[in-house]
Amino acid sequence: MPVESLFAALEPLLPRVQKPIQYVGGELNAVIKDWDAVDVRWALMYPDAYEVGLPNQGVQILYEVLNERDDTLAERTYSVWPDMEALMREHGLPQFTVDGHRPVGAFDVFGLSFSTELGYTNMLTALDLAGIPLLARDRDDTHPIVIAGGHAAFNPEPIADFIDAAVLGDGEECAIRITHALRAWKSEGRPGGRDELLRRLAAEGLVYVPAFFDVDYLPDGRIQRVVPNRSGIPWRVAKHTVMDLDEWPYPKRPLVPLAETVHERYSVEIFRGCTRGCRFCQAGMITRPVRERSITTVGDMVQKGIAATGFEEVGLLSLSSADHSEIGEIAKGLADRYDGENVSLSLPSTRVDAFNITLANELSRNGRRTGLTFAPEGGSERMRKVINKMVTEDDLIRTVSTAYGNGWRQVKLYFMCGLPTETDDDVLQIAQMARRVIQAGREAANRKDIRCTISIGAFVPKPHTPFQWAAQLDWETVDRRLRALKAAVMGDKDYGRAIGIRYHDGRPSLIEGLLSRGDRRVGAVIRKVWESGGRFDGWSEDFSFERWEQACADTFAGTPVDLDWFTTRERQQAEVLPWDHLDAGLDKDWLWADWQESLSGGEVEDCRWTPCYDCGVCPGMGTETQVGPTGRALLPLTPV
Amino acid sequence: MARQPDTPPPPPVVQRLRIRYAKRGRLRFTSHRDFARAFERALRRAAVPMAYSAGFTPHPKVSYAGAAPTGVASEAEYLEIGLAERREPEHVRTALDDALPPGLDIVEVVDGQPPSLAERIEASLWRVELRGVTVEDTQRAVVALLAASEAPVTKLTKDGHRIVDARAPLVLARVAPEVEGADCAILELVVRHETPAVRPDDVLTALRQVGALSTPVTPFVTRLAQGLLGDAPPAGTEPITLLDPLRDVDGQQLPPAAVSEPLAR
Repeated sequence: MPVESLFAALEPLLPRVQKPIQYVGGELNAVIKDWDAVDVRWALMYPDAYEVGLPNQGVQILYEVLNERDDTLAERTYSVWPDMEALMREHGLPQFTVDGHRPVGAFDVFGLSFSTELGYTNMLTALDLAGIPLLARDRDDTHPIVIAGGHAAFNPEPIADFIDAAVLGDGEECAIRITHALRAWKSEGRPGGRDELLRRLAAEGLVYVPAFFDVDYLPDGRIQRVVPNRSGIPWRVAKHTVMDLDEWPYPKRPLVPLAETVHERYSVEIFRGCTRGCRFCQAGMITRPVRERSITTVGDMVQKGIAATGFEEVGLLSLSSADHSEIGEIAKGLADRYDGENVSLSLPSTRVDAFNITLANELSRNGRRTGLTFAPEGGSERMRKVINKMVTEDDLIRTVSTAYGNGWRQVKLYFMCGLPTETDDDVLQIAQMARRVIQAGREAANRKDIRCTISIGAFVPKPHTPFQWAAQLDWETVDRRLRALKAAVMGDKDYGRAIGIRYHDGRPSLIEGLLSRGDRRVGAVIRKVWESGGRFDGWSEDFSFERWEQACADTFAGTPVDLDWFTTRERQQAEVLPWDHLDAGLDKDWLWADWQESLSGGEVEDCRWTPCYDCGVCPGMGTETQVGPTGRALLPLTPV
Repeated sequence: MARQPDTPPPPPVVQRLRIRYAKRGRLRFTSHRDFARAFERALRRAAVPMAYSAGFTPHPKVSYAGAAPTGVASEAEYLEIGLAERREPEHVRTALDDALPPGLDIVEVVDGQPPSLAERIEASLWRVELRGVTVEDTQRAVVALLAASEAPVTKLTKDGHRIVDARAPLVLARVAPEVEGADCAILELVVRHETPAVRPDDVLTALRQVGALSTPVTPFVTRLAQGLLGDAPPAGTEPITLLDPLRDVDGQQLPPAAVSEPLAR
């Protein structure tokens, strides 16, 4: 059946919406394939606005990996803004892809990448606009298989009713294996319908299919057990791990948008995984072990990526980029290569470490000297021990002094509020720290015009971390502590004007907490919020706490659970957690032991340079830490 | 005094190139900001040896002549770039055109000579496709507007709502003869550039107000040409010549392609 482009129907609506360019596609390096020339068709979505979704690495990698195959096409779709949604409903225009402007409902797979749970309501908008029934059980063979991926997929229970499957972990290889299975099933004439397709994907260990598991509850509301409801389905679904990043040098030709987006740079992951062991950090726990990309592959990707895009900035991505075994050589090599070419290099926020200043100096050699960002996360020494962020205040002062002494004028510090065992005083100590930073900075730089910005967010306990049992701090206390901190900073006559402070109120974080650690009963809340108009919950101007609160009250009335039960309640060791049947490789006993360690201030070293402490990932997943050094160097580029 | 980087100043401009580009099809929804970013990236991909401004955040030397509104197609947008090394204009044209997505097309590149682009542009020729509107109704509205001494319309500018006279800068307005079976009228406008700018949108608002024209579908607008007005007759319906800002022979500007001939269909 031919699938026509919807562009002719879309075009007359475009002059009537904000930023129409986000809906027209036509980005450099976009791919449009002949619909009938392939066997398997994926629609990929980042469920947020185009300007946020387009730069997403996960989607761009899958888009390229899938489109490189002759038997497959992949197109992209993003959340439409409410002005466009209203026009689409008025004119009967379904959710479309921006590449071929094809209806999402016509694809074989509708894959959504969730890096934050606040995108769940946007998924419902997209499903509804696509004409795909919201509930997986109402779908038939004419509908795409709806698959969720990304970090939030490590606990997809709150969206279990809406998705057909979830992929845990790295998507590159898994997407290809799903494609193989789909093609085989289609070529056999779709035996057994979508149920059989899902069964095959689940039995092969590729995906988690929520419908194949039953959840029983105890009278007090806790989960009694989660068990497969048919034979041949693994009891625990394991994550996928790509072991050799040099074999997967994606994105090679990243999309270059015409519209302005949140990141306008060529990003290269220099390694995946992190074993620093920060206890709050879900990314660091679920992406283990560390797998480095070699210096030569990084250099090669940067060279080709700049040529393919024309970007002026290169981001060296990872969870802790300064930890790459050859980061010094990478930074120097790239800075040498692009000397005088107006290509700037950047690292995301780095650990507090004087070595990072040397790195930053190297990276800023060719381009813009913006500020430096560090993430001490906890305001007091005690707090940093609890979260296993092993840095002393003296380390920090030494590091920022070096930075200011080297000509940097602006330092940004990231913190969290609401960490386990935190007191008012722990948060107020952030003001002391900022004061010392400015003091030391003025001395080191011998000038007064230096600045320090404190950026502070509310802590949300996440699944598969040692803090998965912790009580989330109520939003009233979070807000009170943040206000007190702000007053302490602003009230400082000598230093207040040199210190900026940025924070958001704690209420969106509480809802993020509900969606992060919720179970299947939370699905009804998401649906109610969406039905009452909830859209773009990650945007403070669109987020309505009252709507979520009301939906929780309506949904949970007469049940033993409520919003607080899911968020501010501490869990006990014996409790079955909603994600226990989903395997990130982490040994639950180790997580618990680490949680207990944190309460007594015990620290854990990084297993890259100390003996293994049995977190469970490597033996469980058949993986191992892969770090250099390779001993190779980046040679100067020879002009062609 | 502003701090300066302790690196040597960037190489100076040795060549200025003037560029005419088009915004076509779906990429007419590219805003000017979006185009500017895409163009600067294209300069990098095409390895054009740009001259950069000095300072901590060096910018390539690019200056734009007033851009068509977002959603309006154009065959005649202009900009000028400064190069640190000399290049063959036609070579730059093909390289830049290859580096931009289809729909953002580099039409012509020439060596820039005084006077400046701004001094070579005073008006635009616009083509407005009015779908679902008859030639007769359009004609009637145009006659009414041309007969009016002024046509104040409210427009949204960055300083809020402002009232501008859409009649004063209107040098020409005429309707193409009816085409058998076509469900649209084609309107041709020549509008002088003034501050605040009067755009085809504003003329259409005036046609609705003064001439009771109703446009059921968003009109499709294309800028066909920009330049100096030749021997502009008093406002009306006579064909008008716009002098091509990229043409320059012996100091004399020649009228080229940009003539509002009777519209061929």
